Amino acid sequence: MARLPGAARPAPTRRTRLLVATRKGLWTLTSDLSRTGWRASGPQFLGHIIHHAVADPRDNRAWLAAARTGHLGPTIFRSADAGRTWKEAARPPAFSEDSGRVVDHTFWLTAGHPSQPGVWYAGTSPQGLFRSNDGGATWEGVSGFNGNPQRKAWCGGDQDGTPDGPKMHSILVDPRDPAHMYIGMSGGGVFETTDNGAQWKPLNKGVRADFLPDPAPEYGHDPHCVRLAGGQPDRLYQQNHCGIYRLDRPGDQWQDIGAGMPKSVGPVGFPLAVDSRDPDTLWVFPMDGTSVWPRTAPGGRPAVYRSRDGGRTWKRQNQGLPKSQAWWTVKRQAMTADNRDPTGIYFGTTSGELWGSRDEGRTFRCLARHLPQIYAVEASIG
Amino acid sequence: MRVRIPSPLRSYTGSAEVGVAVPVLAPELPPTVSGVLASLNLNYPGIRFRIVDEQGKVRPHIKLFVGSDATRDLGAPIPSGATLMIVAALSGG
Repeated sequence: MARLPGAARPAPTRRTRLLVATRKGLWTLTSDLSRTGWRASGPQFLGHIIHHAVADPRDNRAWLAAARTGHLGPTIFRSADAGRTWKEAARPPAFSEDSGRVVDHTFWLTAGHPSQPGVWYAGTSPQGLFRSNDGGATWEGVSGFNGNPQRKAWCGGDQDGTPDGPKMHSILVDPRDPAHMYIGMSGGGVFETTDNGAQWKPLNKGVRADFLPDPAPEYGHDPHCVRLAGGQPDRLYQQNHCGIYRLDRPGDQWQDIGAGMPKSVGPVGFPLAVDSRDPDTLWVFPMDGTSVWPRTAPGGRPAVYRSRDGGRTWKRQNQGLPKSQAWWTVKRQAMTADNRDPTGIYFGTTSGELWGSRDEGRTFRCLARHLPQIYAVEASIG
Repeated sequence: MRVRIPSPLRSYTGSAEVGVAVPVLAPELPPTVSGVLASLNLNYPGIRFRIVDEQGKVRPHIKLFVGSDATRDLGAPIPSGATLMIVAALSGG
C-alpha cells in the first residue's frame, strides 16, 4: 500500500473508490469526498488478467472481478466486503456442453436491477450472456441469447472479431424495468430485449458498418461502448468503430453525433462516459483510427472531448494531460464518471497511467503511474 | 492417489502435491484421469474448470502426465501407485 502524491485528508466519512482492472491484477484507489488525495492499494490477483472489476451500486460492498490467469480457464472472483476478501465463483460462466463453445474469458460485468439484489450479468468472449442470481457464485447462460438460432448470424463465428476475441459488452439494464436490457457486441451490434432475455432484436439502424459489403446491414456492426444517458434511460450513446451515435427511444434510428468532432481528430475511439445527472453531457476519448489504426492518441496528443448538448458540439479537454509525445490510448471499459457534483472523470491508459478530473474534465492530473496496461476503470461511492 | 499441482493452481490447494481419494469400483476398473479430477474438484471447488473446458477438453497449454506418460484423454486409466501430474505452461507475457 502506498500513498500517492496529494494532500493528506482527514479521515473520510464517505469514500470515492476506483477499481482499476489491469493486464496483471487489480488495484484500488481511494479518496475522500474532496477527491484531492488518492491512496493506492494492491495488487490483488497479481499476474491475473482482470478484464473488468465492478462494485455493486446497490450496496457498494459486493465486488466482482472477471479473471483469466495465464493458460488456466476463466473465472470470476467475488467479494462481500469491498475487496478485503475474495471467493471464487463455484460455477463461472460456461457454455452448455451441447453447444460446442468454450468461454475464453468474461469480459464485462453488470449489476442487475435494484429490485433484484444478487442478480448480475456477464458478457463473455466469444459472445455469450450469463446471469447469476446469487451474487456471482453460480452462473447460467441466458438461453434466449446463447441458444438463439440467429446468434451465429448476428455475431459471426467464434474465431471472428477482434484479435483477442469477439466480445459481448455494455450490458445495460433499464432502471425502470428489469426485463428491458440492451447489449453491445464486437462484432454483432446493439441488441435489445424486453422480456428478460428470452427474445432479442437488433437495434442498429443509422449506424454505419463501412467494413462490410453492405454498409447499412441489420446487424454485424462494431459498437465499442454503449451507455444509457444519465437520468434519461430512453437515450443511449454509442462509441462505434464507425463514429459516435445517439439514440432517443422509442425511436430506433441512431443519429450520427460524431460529425462535429474536429477533422484532425476524427470520431473513432473506444470508451464513452456519461454524466449521471445530465443526459446531454458525455465524454469520449478519440484515438487514431486512420490507415492501419495505430490506436494511439491522434498525433501523440491525448485529449478527452466533452459534449454538453447531446453530441451536437464538442469541446477538447486536455489541461493537465501531456501536450505531445504521448502515444497511449484508453480501452473501452477504461473511462468512467462518478456520480458526484461536480462529476469526476477517470481514465486508465494502455501505458498504465490513471488520470482523473474532479471538475468534469476541465483539468486532469495523474493519479497513478507505472501500473500494468489498464483494461477497466470503475468508480464507486460509499 | 497423489496429484502434483502446478504453481498457478496452488492458490486452490496450498501445496505442490495433494492426495485425493478416488473410489475404485473394481480391481479391473482403475481410476481414470477424469475421476481423479472430479475428486480433486470436490476437495478444491473450481479447480477442474481451470484445467478442463466446458466441452470436456484439456485446455491448451496445459499438460497432464500419468506417471511419465503425457495424455489429453480424460478417460485414460491411472495404474495403482502412479501419480497424476498437472503442468500449466507459463508462456506468454
